[in-house]
Formats: sequence, C-alpha cells, structure tokens
Amino acid sequence: MLYLGPKRHKANTLTGDQPGIDWAQHFAERANQARDARLVQYYQAGMVTVDTPIKDVPLLAIDFETTGFEPEKDGILSIGVVPMTLQRISSNKARHWLLKPKFHLTESSVVIHGITHNDIAAAPDITSMLDELLSYMAGSVAVVHFRGIERPFLQATLLDRLGEGIDFPVIDTMELEARLHRSKPPGLLDKLLGRQPVSIRLADSRRRYGLPDYRPHHAVTDALASAELLQAQIADRFSPDTPIAELWK
Amino acid sequence: MQIEQIEILEFLKRHSPFQELPEETQVQVASQIEISYFKAGTPILSFGQSLDALYLIRSGAVETYRRNGDLYNRLSEGGIFAEQGLLRSKTVRFPASALEDTLLYLIPATLFDELFENHDLFADYVMVSDEERRKAVPQRQTDANELMTSKVNTLIGREPVTLTTDASVRDAAITMQHESVSSLLVLQPETQAEANRDGKINLIAGIITDRDIRNRLVAPGLPFDTAIGDIMTRELVTIQHHQFVFEAMLIMLRHNVHHLPVMKQGRPIGVIAISDIVRYESKNSLFVVSSIFRQQSVTELQALSQDVKACFVRMVNEDANSHMIGSAMAVIGRSFKQRLLELAEEQLGPPPVPYCFLALGSMAREEQLIVTDQDNALILHNDFDARQHDVYFKQLADFVCDGLAACGYTYCTGGIMATNPKWRQPLQVWQKYFRDWIDNPSPERLLHSSIFFDIAGVWGKVEWAEQLNKDMVRHASRSKRFLASMARNALLRTPPLGFFKDFVMENDGRQNNSLNIKRRGTAPLADLIRVHALASGCEQQNSFQRLKHIINAKLIPPGRAEDIRDALEVIAMARIRHQAIALQAGEEPDNNVAPEHLSDFERRNLKEAFQVLSNAQKYLKFRYQGG
Repeated sequence: MLYLGPKRHKANTLTGDQPGIDWAQHFAERANQARDARLVQYYQAGMVTVDTPIKDVPLLAIDFETTGFEPEKDGILSIGVVPMTLQRISSNKARHWLLKPKFHLTESSVVIHGITHNDIAAAPDITSMLDELLSYMAGSVAVVHFRGIERPFLQATLLDRLGEGIDFPVIDTMELEARLHRSKPPGLLDKLLGRQPVSIRLADSRRRYGLPDYRPHHAVTDALASAELLQAQIADRFSPDTPIAELWK
Repeated sequence: MQIEQIEILEFLKRHSPFQELPEETQVQVASQIEISYFKAGTPILSFGQSLDALYLIRSGAVETYRRNGDLYNRLSEGGIFAEQGLLRSKTVRFPASALEDTLLYLIPATLFDELFENHDLFADYVMVSDEERRKAVPQRQTDANELMTSKVNTLIGREPVTLTTDASVRDAAITMQHESVSSLLVLQPETQAEANRDGKINLIAGIITDRDIRNRLVAPGLPFDTAIGDIMTRELVTIQHHQFVFEAMLIMLRHNVHHLPVMKQGRPIGVIAISDIVRYESKNSLFVVSSIFRQQSVTELQALSQDVKACFVRMVNEDANSHMIGSAMAVIGRSFKQRLLELAEEQLGPPPVPYCFLALGSMAREEQLIVTDQDNALILHNDFDARQHDVYFKQLADFVCDGLAACGYTYCTGGIMATNPKWRQPLQVWQKYFRDWIDNPSPERLLHSSIFFDIAGVWGKVEWAEQLNKDMVRHASRSKRFLASMARNALLRTPPLGFFKDFVMENDGRQNNSLNIKRRGTAPLADLIRVHALASGCEQQNSFQRLKHIINAKLIPPGRAEDIRDALEVIAMARIRHQAIALQAGEEPDNNVAPEHLSDFERRNLKEAFQVLSNAQKYLKFRYQGG
C-alpha cells in the first residue's frame, strides 16, 4: 500500500483521524452547511453518539475498486456495500455498482480488479446512483480495510461532481489489526534477524481468525471479507459493549 | 440476475444438499444468506431459543449437544445444523457451540421450508441422512483417568436369574445348571408374584451360590429337598450400577463374597461374579503381559493372541492415545519374544556365547499395532565362531521366529529376521554394517536398511544394542551424504493429494476408494521424523520422543514439529480405530482405510494431517539436499 494520505483541500477538509471527534455533532453541523440536497439528507440521518456500544451500531462494510491510489488523479470503478451488525452480516442486502470513472483505466489496474473498458462503457456516473449509495450509508458507520481509499475517493469524487465533499466515520479493520501487531516498532534484534512484521493485509489477517480464502478485488467480496474480519476481531479481543469511540476514526 | 454473493454461491455448489439443487435455486439461496462469526468455545445456539435459520458451516467446526450435555454431533466445513429444530417447533433442540473459530451461513427459515417442500433430494438429505452423517462421531475426549475406569453395569451380561425361598435346593441346582450361572437371587414368594405382574423384582430375600450349596447342604448332610430359603445367604452385599469395576473388586475382597447383585433404583438388574471381573481384567495389557510369562509352551502362548486383540480394542474404546496403545502393544510383543527366548533356552540349553536379541522397526519405536510383522535380529559376542556356535543360534532363531509367527506376528517378507544368517552376526560385524551404511551411503543401498535405525535390545546383552545405537547416531548426525540418502528414501512414499467424501485423489489425478494408511501416512511420517532425529543426534526411538528432541534442538522452524506431532496422532489414531472396528466386527484387520467409512470430522482432520505430511516432506527435501 503506497497511499500516502489525501492532500487536504481548503474548503472541504476531511475530519477523520482527528482524535476524539464527536461524529454525531459533526454530522449536525454538516447538515447545516451542506448545499446538495442528497448530502443534507445524508447528514440529517445523523450518527450514533460516541458512547454507543459496538453491538448496537448499524454498520456498512464498503469497498471500492479504483483505477489507482490517488483520489485526485484516479477514479472509482466499482462500489460494493454489505450492511451488517456485530451479530449478523446481511449479505442478502449486499449491493454492487459498476461506475464509469472520470479518468482512464490503466493496464496495471485492469490486471488487479479485472474490470475492463468494455465493462464500464455502459456504466453510469456516480452521480446517478449517489442517492442509493447515500441511503445505504445513512446512519451507519462504514467498515473498511485500510481507510486510505473509500473515504478520500468519495470525498474527491463528490468534490469534483458536486463542488462539495463528504465526510463520515470509518472502522478500519487494518488499523485494528495494526493495533495488535504493530504496537511497537521492530527492535534491532528483529532487524538483525531479518524478522518480517506480521502481515496485516486483508487475506493474511483473515487467515489468523480461521476465515476462508476469498478471491480478492471484487468490491462486494472484499466488503464481505472486511465485514467478517470485523466480527472476528471484536469476538477475539473486544467486548460487544466497547464504545464506538474506541473503534472508529 | 446479477449475483453479488459469488463466494457464497461457489461454496454452495461444492456441498450437499445444496449442490444437488438447480442452479437458479442455488442463486436464490446464495442471495438470501446472512453470515455470522463465532470464536472458538463460544455458544451459538442454546436450548429452546427460537430459530430463524438453518446453519451451514462455511469454515471452522461446531459441536451440537443433547439436552443432558452429551455430545450429539461434531460438524465441520459444509456441515448443517439446527434442521431438526426447524422441522419441528422452530426452536433449538440441540444446542450448539463453536469448537473452532467458525464462520456460519444462515439460511432463513422461510427459505428452508420452501427448499424442504419443493426439493426431494434436499428433504431426504435433511431427514434421512442425519443418523448416517453422525456415524462414527468420535466421543468427546475426557481425561484419561476417568476413561481408564469402567462402570460395573458394563459387566452385566443378562437379567438376574431368580427363584423363591420355597424352592428346593435340587430345583436351584437344576436351574443353575440350566442357566449356566453360579448364583441365584432368592425372592419371597409374594414378591415373585408381583414380579410376574409388574415385570420387576422388588424385594430380594437373599442369594444362593455354589458355595452355599457345598458348605450348608452337602457338608452337613441335609436332604436335597431342603428349601433354599433355609440355606441362602441373607445378609446381602450389593453394589450400585454406576459404581466402578475396581470398587466391585474391593467390595468382594472386603466381604469375602464372589457374587454381587447390581442394584439400580432399589432393584437388582443383574449379578456380577468374580469371574466377570477376571475376564474384564484379562483384557488389561498388564494382565496380558503377566500371563505371557506364565505360559509353558508355544501352544499356550498362541492361545493368548485373542487376549492381545481384546486388549487392543479395550484401549481404543477407552480413548487411549496412539502412544499409549503403541507402547502397550510393543511391550506385549517384547514379552512374547522374551518368553519364547526363555523357553528356547530351556529346550536348547544355555547359549555357547552371550547374545542380544534385537527388536527393529515399529516394536523398537514402541509404535506397534495389531497388524504387524516380526522384524528382529541377533547380535552375538565377538568370540562367536560360526562353525562351532551357529547351529545353536540358528535353532534359537528358528524357535523364536516360528513361535512369533504362531502368536500372530507374521514372518518379515523382507527377511529381516534372526533366522537370516546376515542378521545373526557378532557385534563387530554389526558395527561394520552401520559404518558402511553411514560412510558409503546411497539411497538404493539404504532402501531396505532404514529399519535398522530403529533398534532396541529385548533380551540378553541389551547394552550392546544401546552401544550400537549410540555410535550409529553419533556418526549419522555428521554425515551429510547419509542424511541426504535417508531423506531421499523418506520421500518415496507420499500422502494422497486430496481426501474426499468417498474417494482418495491421487497425485496423478486417479481416484481410489481407499488408501493404505500405513504406507501413505504413518510410515512416511516415521521416516521423516527419523531423518531429523538422526540429524539432531537423538538417541530415542519413539517418534513422539524424537519430535520432542527435534523441538528442543530447534532443528526445524518453530511450530513445524508440533504440527507433525499432531498429524502423526491423527493419522495413527485413524489407523488404530480402523483396526479396532475390524476386530470388533470379527474381521481381519488391515491398513486400508476407505474415506466413506469415516466421519466428516475424521476426514477433514486426515486431510489436514496429510497436508502437514506433504509440507514436511517438501521441507525435508530442501533441508537435506545434496551431500
């Protein structure tokens, strides 16, 4: 993962990753500032308060396939969403959209996600399904594996199309994995012995919890994979009563 | 229709009863599934809880229980549960919990009803095959202490034989003769009437035994028509049905009685005699060993082979592990050899020069089972002169090997027996053999000699065997070429590629109905463990002890040796259970295991164990290449 974080835009900065943010309050403010009706409606749906236990939080696992890693230069090819709670993953309510990115497909990205020019020739622009996507997201906390993609890409894309961005809390299963395996930097001994750090990639993390191997790079499958990983992580080392503030970013 | 649940659909297509559904129904099922994860040890369903779904195991393992807490079923990937509850009251009948970290697919109850209604194969699978699928569910492991003791009710062979107090002693004797019993329970006449009415016996007046008739009727000279009520034993010593066999034995000793009525809820359900306990104990390996040393001839020893089989079956049923069973069988085999050698020396006279009788292979490793051939050899004193002494040792070897064959240890087809002059040699020749194997190795030359690298003395100068082993290990661990040759041979026998519901997939794609679990499993494991053991300078013979040594020596990457140990246990126990089942069915035990006779759980464990073996072989190849 080479992504180095989004470049901050002056008017519409992302609030995520600022410590101790109160997303419920932030959503209320955003609802007043937003101009696009769809965004206003999204923010008005509100967000759970910081002390809500994870077992009571509506969640939505999200995965994007993109043309590259830079939100300003690359575009979204497909979106997969899977609604879930800590108890059940509603894969029966999963949705998948192919989108026409604003930018060109590169050969190397085709190799990764298998989505070709033909596939997206007839695909719609994100603005035509934004309603649906936002209604899935409304009121739920997003679940992603590596938070450097979905939020910045949606932010950049909406900024481009609507002239205003979007901001929302995410639970990053990769970051939860990093808390366990990257809590301290590798010591001298580790370096001398050439010890590799534990991989926190999606597939490797899943194997540690006995989760099955899935073929990667299909947006719904990847979203499902993160959804299952989150259930496993919480079952492994968090109480179902853990306040959401300890988990989201 | 666009299908988003590709992974789920693919999974359904691989497992009954979903793979038998039409494609559009599979898609429908896949698109309605919900998913839930459970960490190992956590409850999934509790009794009486309302059910809204059929549970399908995507990965992991689940145990279901009866209400009383007994294990009902153990399921793995592709297994379904909660179907009984869905079919009846839509509440949980068999509580379930995760045995391993488990991912579950939940198929909504409404969809389940629809599938059950419209698809006969699905309905059949859910209804009929439940019993079938549960066959050979291994019982939950409990601690060995509890398992090594049995309850007295297991000794009861029949309902108690009864008479009333007014019957004559002659009647009693006739009844006892007729029923082949050595005791009768004596009831009051009115109780007998009640018993006939209720089918139950409520009150016992006493017990009458062979000994009572002898001591209280014949000896004092009373007439045969004396009522049994007059000579019976009135002070009844009894035992409860749930007490242990050893308690029965203690009670008999303390009260000096040979018969104990077994009581359940205040009424007798049978009588156990001291002979029942003796018969039970005779299946104990210690008993078998001690009786081996009491036999006076080969014919008498031969008669014990049934006891050996019974002992094997008993240990399996008592959930002993493969190490316990392997070493018990090795001790028994060793005892046969020792007793045969004693008998041979009685017959042939003392040996002209000292010797050491050797056990090789599985007996030396203490991994012997019931289907085994004899691998043995003789080390003779260096003063041995063939012209002068070999007549004696040839006779000795013939006596022992023929005796072993008579007792069920078939002749070694490879001729590795003391009867072969090549393997009946003085110590210095043996030292030369080993030096030669180690210093001038080639895979071909070592092909038939790996068995000599599992060596143990059983009789005579056993210290020679120890010395030989010590020297051998010291040289072997330093010879790269030798280790490479041994490693090459250890790769000749490979595990199967896949292990499916009713066939074994071979590496060339062929499908077989069964596999030789020794040749494809335990033997290659023992081979590869031996190579690592020799490389690490380990003087132990047993594979589990060798693995401990390998772990301590840090010879292979952390965790690998533990995986190999678990794989060995899984494969060895599958082989042992297979043989015990054959013995109990009165069949000739062998090593050919058919996957269709295994439970889902055993199959899956075996599959994983074979995978460990395969990986361990790859590593062996890499670790000891060249040289």
